[in-house]
Amino acid sequence: MSDILKALIEIVGERGVSNTPEELWFYSRDPGVLTPHLPDYVVAPKTTEDVQKIVQLANREKIPIVPMGNGMSLAGLVIPLKGGIVLDMKRMDKILEVNQMARYAVVEGGTSQGVLKAYLQDHYPQLRHSIPDAPPTTTIAANMALHGQGRLTQQYGFNTDMVTGLEVVLPTGEICRIGSPSLGPYWFSKGPTLPDLSGLFLGWLGTTGVITKIGLRLYPNKKIRDVELFVTDRVDLIPDMLYRLTHLEILEDVNVWFQPKPLMFQDNFHITLYFTGDAEEEIAFKRKMIWDTLQPYMDSKDGGFMSVQYMKPMLMEMPQRGIADFADVPKGGGFEYSGPITIIEHYPQYAAKVVELAAKYDVLYASSARLISGGHCMMFSISFAFNRNDPAMMERVKHALDEATAFALEMGGIPWKPNFMEQKMTMAKMDKNALKLLQMIKKNLDPQGIMNPGNWEVN
Amino acid sequence: MYTLKFKENVCAACPSADCLLKCQYMSFAGHDEAHGEMMKIVRGEESRVLQDCATCYACEEYCKRGNHPFYLISERREEKGMFTAPRPITNQWINMTRMQGKYMVGQVKDKALSCCLIPDLGILGTGEIFRDVTPAAAFGAEFMCPAVHTHFARMSVVKERLPLVIENFQKLGAKEVICLHDECYGTFTAIASAYGIDVPFKPVYYMDFLLERMKELKDRIKPLGIKAAYQRPCSNRLIPDKYPLVKEILDLIGVELPDREYQGENCLCCGEILRSVSGYKLADDVQERNLNDMVQTGAEYCVFNCPACQSSLSEKVAKKNLKPVHIIDLCKMAIGEKEREVR
Ligand SMILES: Cc1cc2nc3c(=O)[nH]c(=O)nc-3n(C[C@H](O)[C@H](O)[C@H](O)COP(=O)(O)OP(=O)(O)OC[C@H]3O[C@@H](n4cnc5c(N)ncnc54)[C@H](O)[C@@H]3O)c2cc1C
Ligand code: SF4
Ligand code: SF4
Repeated sequence: MSDILKALIEIVGERGVSNTPEELWFYSRDPGVLTPHLPDYVVAPKTTEDVQKIVQLANREKIPIVPMGNGMSLAGLVIPLKGGIVLDMKRMDKILEVNQMARYAVVEGGTSQGVLKAYLQDHYPQLRHSIPDAPPTTTIAANMALHGQGRLTQQYGFNTDMVTGLEVVLPTGEICRIGSPSLGPYWFSKGPTLPDLSGLFLGWLGTTGVITKIGLRLYPNKKIRDVELFVTDRVDLIPDMLYRLTHLEILEDVNVWFQPKPLMFQDNFHITLYFTGDAEEEIAFKRKMIWDTLQPYMDSKDGGFMSVQYMKPMLMEMPQRGIADFADVPKGGGFEYSGPITIIEHYPQYAAKVVELAAKYDVLYASSARLISGGHCMMFSISFAFNRNDPAMMERVKHALDEATAFALEMGGIPWKPNFMEQKMTMAKMDKNALKLLQMIKKNLDPQGIMNPGNWEVN
Repeated sequence: MYTLKFKENVCAACPSADCLLKCQYMSFAGHDEAHGEMMKIVRGEESRVLQDCATCYACEEYCKRGNHPFYLISERREEKGMFTAPRPITNQWINMTRMQGKYMVGQVKDKALSCCLIPDLGILGTGEIFRDVTPAAAFGAEFMCPAVHTHFARMSVVKERLPLVIENFQKLGAKEVICLHDECYGTFTAIASAYGIDVPFKPVYYMDFLLERMKELKDRIKPLGIKAAYQRPCSNRLIPDKYPLVKEILDLIGVELPDREYQGENCLCCGEILRSVSGYKLADDVQERNLNDMVQTGAEYCVFNCPACQSSLSEKVAKKNLKPVHIIDLCKMAIGEKEREVR
C-alpha cells in the first residue's frame, strides 16, 4: 500500500478512500462528451477537518485535488484532468441551521438540492430556496462553484447572489470563514459591508479552495404557484416580449424554449411564465396582468397562450425532469449544453445559431433560456442530444459546442460552466489585465497549483 | 379538392337570418343587417363577422335551411389569409395532429371504437358498457377527425385530412365506427356531407350506443338520484338532432337535469377556444356566467360530454363545489362500476 493511501485512510478511514479500478473508472468521467481521465484516489471526507488534512497532504505531496459534488455539470469539470484525488463531498450533507426570521440556511459542502428542499418542506414549509433544474442529487456548493441558476433566479439573480456566507478550506489548508460568519455566529451576509471575499471562491470551479459550509438565502414559499405558456413564431419579437414581461415585476421564473420535436413544438418559441400568490385573487390578478401585457401580440396574431392543462404537471415539477428526457430522443441517453450568459436582445441571433449548428453537425437540438434578475441578462442553453454508443456523434456534438462558445464570445457573451477548452477560449479573449489579476489571485491562493488543475489555468 | 356545398340562393331568400341574429358573440340591429352581413360573406366580400366570429359553431345549428354558415365563414377567412387564433397556435394544432404512424389499433372486425387523438376517450370506452367494442379501439392522428381546424379557419386541412382518416378506418375493415367524441361523429356526418365526402362506413354516435347499452343493462342500474347541469360542447351544434339523447340517458339513470338559462340552443362554450380566439376577457366572462348558471340550478354535478370541455372546466367547476363528471362515468356509476365521487 502506498504511503499516500495509508495517510488518506488515516484521515477518513478505509471506507472513505478507494483506488480500486472499478471505482476510479466511475470517477474518471461525467455524463458529457469530454474524454475521461483516471484519478489516483477517490476520497470522501466527513468533516471540515478531514478536508483540511486531505488538502494539507495534497499540498505537501503536490497531488491534484478535484472537489466533486454530484458530477453533473456535464462540462467535465470534475474529470481529474491531471489525475490525483477526487474529493467526493457527498458525505458532508448536513443541514446545519435554518434561521427562519432572517430567512437563511447553512448547509455543508456536499448537501444536495433535494435534501434541502425536502427538509424545508417538512420543517419550514413557508420557506424555499432557488432550485436548479439539475437532478436533486446535485449539490448546493457545487452549484455555487459554477454560478448556477435556479427557479428564483429571474427574481433574485444568480444562485451565487443568494449566498450569505462561506466556510472554505484554502488550497494551503487554512480554514477560512467569509462574510458575517467571519465576525459572529450569524450567516446573513457573504460580503457587504466588508470587502466581498466570497468572489474568490464563487464561480471558480473549485480551483481556489473547497467550500465546506455555505449559507444561502431562503425566500417565501407562496401557497399557490401557477404557470402560463405563451407561444410565438416571431423570434424577433421575443426580446420585446420579455422586456414587457419583466417590467411587471411579478414573475417568479421565465424560461424561453424551442425544440423541433415532438411536432407540437415545431417552429414555435415557448415562454413559460411562473407566478405565485397566497390567494386565488392574487393569482387571478397576476394572470390578468400577464395576459394584458401580451395582448398586443395576440391582437397581431403573432403570439398566443397555449392551454397548459395537459402539460401542467410536467411544467410545475421542481426540478423539471422533462429536460433530461430530451437526452433519449436519439437513444443512448446523452446530452450536453453550452449555456452562455448574454443580454436578452441577442436572443434571435443565438436561436438562429442553435439551428445552424444542429444542421451543420447533424445533431438534434433543444434550447431553453432562463431570465436572470429581472431581465438584465439570460442564460441561453444550446443543448445537443447524442447517443453514447456513437463516438462519431459525440465528436460532432463536441465541435458544435465549441463553435457555440466561440459564437457566444464573439457576441460579447460569457460562457457558463465552461469546460477547460472553453475556459482557454475565454481567457484568450479576456482583457489582459483582468487575466493577470485572475492569475495573480490563483497563484497566491494555490501556489502549488493543486486545485482542480487544468481549469482556469493561464499557462 | 372538395368544395363546400352552399346554397347561395337559399341564403339570398332567407326570411330569418337566424344564423347571425341568434349569435351570442355579435349583435345585429335586425334581420336586414344580419342578412346583409351573411350575403357579404356569401359574395366573398369583407364583413365584420369575419373579424369577430368567436368560432362557437352555433350558427350551424341556428340555420334551419340546410346551409352551413360557419363552414362558409371559415372558408372565407382562409381565402383571405386570416387567422382566428394567433398564427403559432393555429400552426401548433396543425403540427401536433399530423399523422406520423404513431397510432394504436386493437382487433377491429365489423366495428371500430374511435378514440380520436384524445387519450381520455380510451379510458372512458371501457368496462361493461363497452365490453364488446373496447378491444376494437383505434387511437391516433390517423383516426382523428380534423374538425378542430374549423375553429382556426383552416378548412384546407379538414378537406385534406378527412378523406385520409376515412380511408384509414376503411382499411381496418370497419363497417361501423362508434365515435366517442361529438366532433368525430359530427365530422363523419355533417362536415363530410357538406363537402360531398363519401363515408363508406356507418358512423355511430356514442350516445346512441350508450342509450342502447344502458337499456340492456337496465337491471343493474341503481338510479343515482342526483341533480346535474350539462355542459353542451360546441361540436354538438353540428349534430343538433342528437342533443335530446342526453336527457334520455340521464333519465334512465336517475339524474335530474334542472332547466337553466344556458342550455339547448342557448348553451355556452366551455371557453377554451374563446381564450385563444378572443382573449381571456370574453373567455372568463363566458365561463363565469355559465358556471354561475349551473350553480343556481342547485346541481351537485356538472356533466360533460366532451373531454376537452371537461379538461378546461373541471378545476373551475370544482371550485364552485360542483363535481365534474363525464356522462359515460355517470353511467358507470349507475351500474356500480365507479365510485360516486368522480373528478
Ligand atoms: C438535466 C440537467 C439540468 C440542469 N439544470 C441546471 C439548472 O437549471 N441550473 C444550473 O445551475 N445547473 C443546471 N444543470 C447543471 C448542473 O447539474 C448543476 O449546475 C449542478 O448544480 C451541478 O452540481 P454537481 O453537484 O453535480 O456539481 P459537480 O459537477 O460535482 O461540480 C461542479 C463544479 O463545482 C466544483 N465543486 C463541487 N463541490 C465543490 C465544493 N464543495 N467546493 C468547491 N468546489 C466544488 C467542482 O470541482 C466542479 O468544478 C443541469 C444539469 C442537468 C444534467
Ligand atoms: S345561413 Fe341559413 S340562416 Fe343564415 S342566412 Fe343563410 S339560410 Fe338563412
Ligand atoms: S360560429 Fe358562433 S360566433 Fe361565429 S358567427 Fe356562428 S354563431 Fe356567431
